[in-house]
Amino acid sequence: MPAAVETLNLFRRELALEFRRTPIGRHSPDLRLLLNRMRTQQDAAYVLICEEPFRRWRLARKKRGRGQAVEPVGDRVFASPEEAEWEVFRLRWKEMTGEELA
Amino acid sequence: MTPALPRKRMVGYADRISVAPGETIRFMASCEGVARYRAALVRILSGDRHPQGTPFAEEVVPSAADGTYAGRLQVVRAGSFAHVDGAPFAGLRSFTLQAMLWPTAPGRGRQVVMGCRDEAAGTGYALVLDAAGAAALEIGGRSISAGVPLLERAWAFVAATYDAATGRARVVYESQAVYPGMALKGEAEAALPPPAPAAAPFTLAAAFAGTEHGRPLGAAFFNGKIDIPRVADTALDRAAMETLRRPAPAPARHLVAAWDFARAMGTDRIEDAGPHRRHGRLVNLPTRAMKGHNWTGETFAWPQAPEQYGAIHFHDDDVYDAGWLPDLSLALPDDLPSGAYALRMTAEDDGEVERIPFFVRPPRGRATAEVAFLAPTASYMAYANERAGIDGGGYLHAFANHLLAYGPEDLWLNAHAEVGLSHYDHHSDGSGVAYSSRLRPILNLRPGVTNCWIGAAGTAPWQYNADLPLLDWARQQGIACDVITDEDLHHEGLALLAPYKAIMTGSHPEYWSKAMYDALQAYLARGGRLMYLGGNGFYWRVAFHPELPGVIELRRTEDGIRDWVAEGGEYYHAFTGEYGGMWSRMGRPIHALAGIGMAAQGFDVSSYYRRTAASHDPAHAWVFEGVAGDIVGDFGTVGGGAAGLEVDRYDPAQGSPPHAVVLASSEMHSDTYFPPPDEVHNMSALLDGRQNPRVRADMVLFPTPNGGAVFSVGSISWIGSLTWNGCANSVSRVTANVLRRFLDPRPLVED
Repeated sequence: MPAAVETLNLFRRELALEFRRTPIGRHSPDLRLLLNRMRTQQDAAYVLICEEPFRRWRLARKKRGRGQAVEPVGDRVFASPEEAEWEVFRLRWKEMTGEELA
Repeated sequence: MTPALPRKRMVGYADRISVAPGETIRFMASCEGVARYRAALVRILSGDRHPQGTPFAEEVVPSAADGTYAGRLQVVRAGSFAHVDGAPFAGLRSFTLQAMLWPTAPGRGRQVVMGCRDEAAGTGYALVLDAAGAAALEIGGRSISAGVPLLERAWAFVAATYDAATGRARVVYESQAVYPGMALKGEAEAALPPPAPAAAPFTLAAAFAGTEHGRPLGAAFFNGKIDIPRVADTALDRAAMETLRRPAPAPARHLVAAWDFARAMGTDRIEDAGPHRRHGRLVNLPTRAMKGHNWTGETFAWPQAPEQYGAIHFHDDDVYDAGWLPDLSLALPDDLPSGAYALRMTAEDDGEVERIPFFVRPPRGRATAEVAFLAPTASYMAYANERAGIDGGGYLHAFANHLLAYGPEDLWLNAHAEVGLSHYDHHSDGSGVAYSSRLRPILNLRPGVTNCWIGAAGTAPWQYNADLPLLDWARQQGIACDVITDEDLHHEGLALLAPYKAIMTGSHPEYWSKAMYDALQAYLARGGRLMYLGGNGFYWRVAFHPELPGVIELRRTEDGIRDWVAEGGEYYHAFTGEYGGMWSRMGRPIHALAGIGMAAQGFDVSSYYRRTAASHDPAHAWVFEGVAGDIVGDFGTVGGGAAGLEVDRYDPAQGSPPHAVVLASSEMHSDTYFPPPDEVHNMSALLDGRQNPRVRADMVLFPTPNGGAVFSVGSISWIGSLTWNGCANSVSRVTANVLRRFLDPRPLVED
């Protein structure tokens, strides 16, 4: 982690709970920091594949930059953007802390 | 087992975006593994896929297009270069090739600077940058290299000579930049066999790779600027080379060609100032009016010193006209009503559908309704095949504050960058995309396709799809509405608008040519009425090409939200010589035109408007007739509210008319909403939408002279709320109240 990034522990249960309540929209300042860190500090970002508009999505990863492959991840299907956001939040939490979120 | 990714096997484009009844439009398509498809002309009634919007709907219009067609694969050939046909280049025995270069990707593969080289046969000769980025001379299958890679983005002199009498070849590199301790020059000399004549034209910035449908193809593209390219018919010594470096070299005995890229600037032609006048053609529109090696830094406008702007910047991913063979030509029925249409292609094997959209305008010279929707096709072109969401990675997840989602169109774009870029993208060498064309498949200009990064999980429409609900709404309200486009307005001016009592904009009419802007201002001054139903409109100046159809130019200058930044000294359009950038910096504040101007953008959730006390004044209360309470638009298909994505604010200090009344303002925007750089003159932790009262949309109304009027909502997501709940909602009601009042010729106020 670059020295300029503050070292406050952001992996706090209350922030996970806040995100689970409101995966999309207005977030508290610390949750914003946590989300920005989770989303930008990864080599290949989680993205969705839309299989049916507004109804059905799957998970994939893709590196930043032109022509990088979209690599499907797992076989889970999501019926809402909120469900998918929570799943990616859990995956990133696990990847960054080693800890499973229930 | 991992499921297969959604595929798209058919893509196409049309030669026109706006067509009058009775006129002909041609469609070009590429089919990958689709043997046959059915074609039909369809009218697009609703492009919405949102569960609470009008379900997707189209109507088949019987036409001469009806039938089945053979599918065939057609490919976009990206990469710009110049070609010069005719003698004497292929027959040169001894020669000198020299130029000034500003390479932007040296070392990224072999790149041909100029020569007469048949890439497939390996015959002929060329001055190139070799795989290491060093100047090299290739003759047949042999080459010699100066050995020292050129510096990226630093001007350098390069030359190659061949003396047929001695068989000696020589290559020279000298950097114009000097860094003590760095050896920024190189030279090599060797014996090489003479070149066998190549069956190729002379080319610059690529090797010749044959032809396709009569069009020359390039290979081994050069990325960067080329300035003062010269050809001589003898092996010049270093001093003689120097005499040819002047922008206008004196007629020298051995001079064969001296292209002057500062001439014919606004065209796709290059002119040869040498004795043979071997003028050439540019393919795929490389960027012109670029600072040359001799730019002094004292002149910033190329029309005032074209000799300092003799460089052309070539890119291996430039695209102008895909040049595909037409699949079908359709003469539109004479009585076809104005509206949004498409050619629908349906694959016979699995039913996959591709729609190639266009607009039908009313018959030339007349209006068929009292109100017109001005389809912002210049803005559609600016965003054509925008790649931010496809290439942006996790940064975009943070920026948008929700996951991206790729549909078949996005996945196709990811696999086919050669289809060309938008004004929001960078070329492969990192430079900005200054030209955008519609003569190629545009995957985000398709009914029913949402943007992959705007709206949660890519569910928000953008531009074309964000505008279609306005036509759907007008139809459901029983309001006859013509469709006219930016291109029509650019070419026809005020005469196009004059017959209409009111003009409605789209959700994001951001890009305006001078002719378009002049026409709209004249319309309003003469009593016309404008409903600006979008956000961040009238922002950037663009130039349509004066000769070539379907292409615009943008210079991202000075300020504003700039996904790339034009270089200092390159602020003037090559197409027209006009200054580029933001209209508000050119004596035409958006606020003066529309009453409001760009205040903020954010891409997660939208918000709502709250009525002001002034809106209850009986003079304006008619706007809200039938609306209960003070909240307007707390619902919608775009981010869940009518105030969102990009919002505009009333600001007298920036030119908002003092007599404009603010009827409602949005509030409660999220912390992803920020003002644009032109609103921010110092940094602060108070800028975001949760803390910054300047982050808001203001709805305004004001009269213009001679009975005219402007109503502006200042929000991209407004149109996305119109058809909510079957059009029974406050946004629909306000829009209808204003439109009906605008169709009534009585002035808003007595003069």
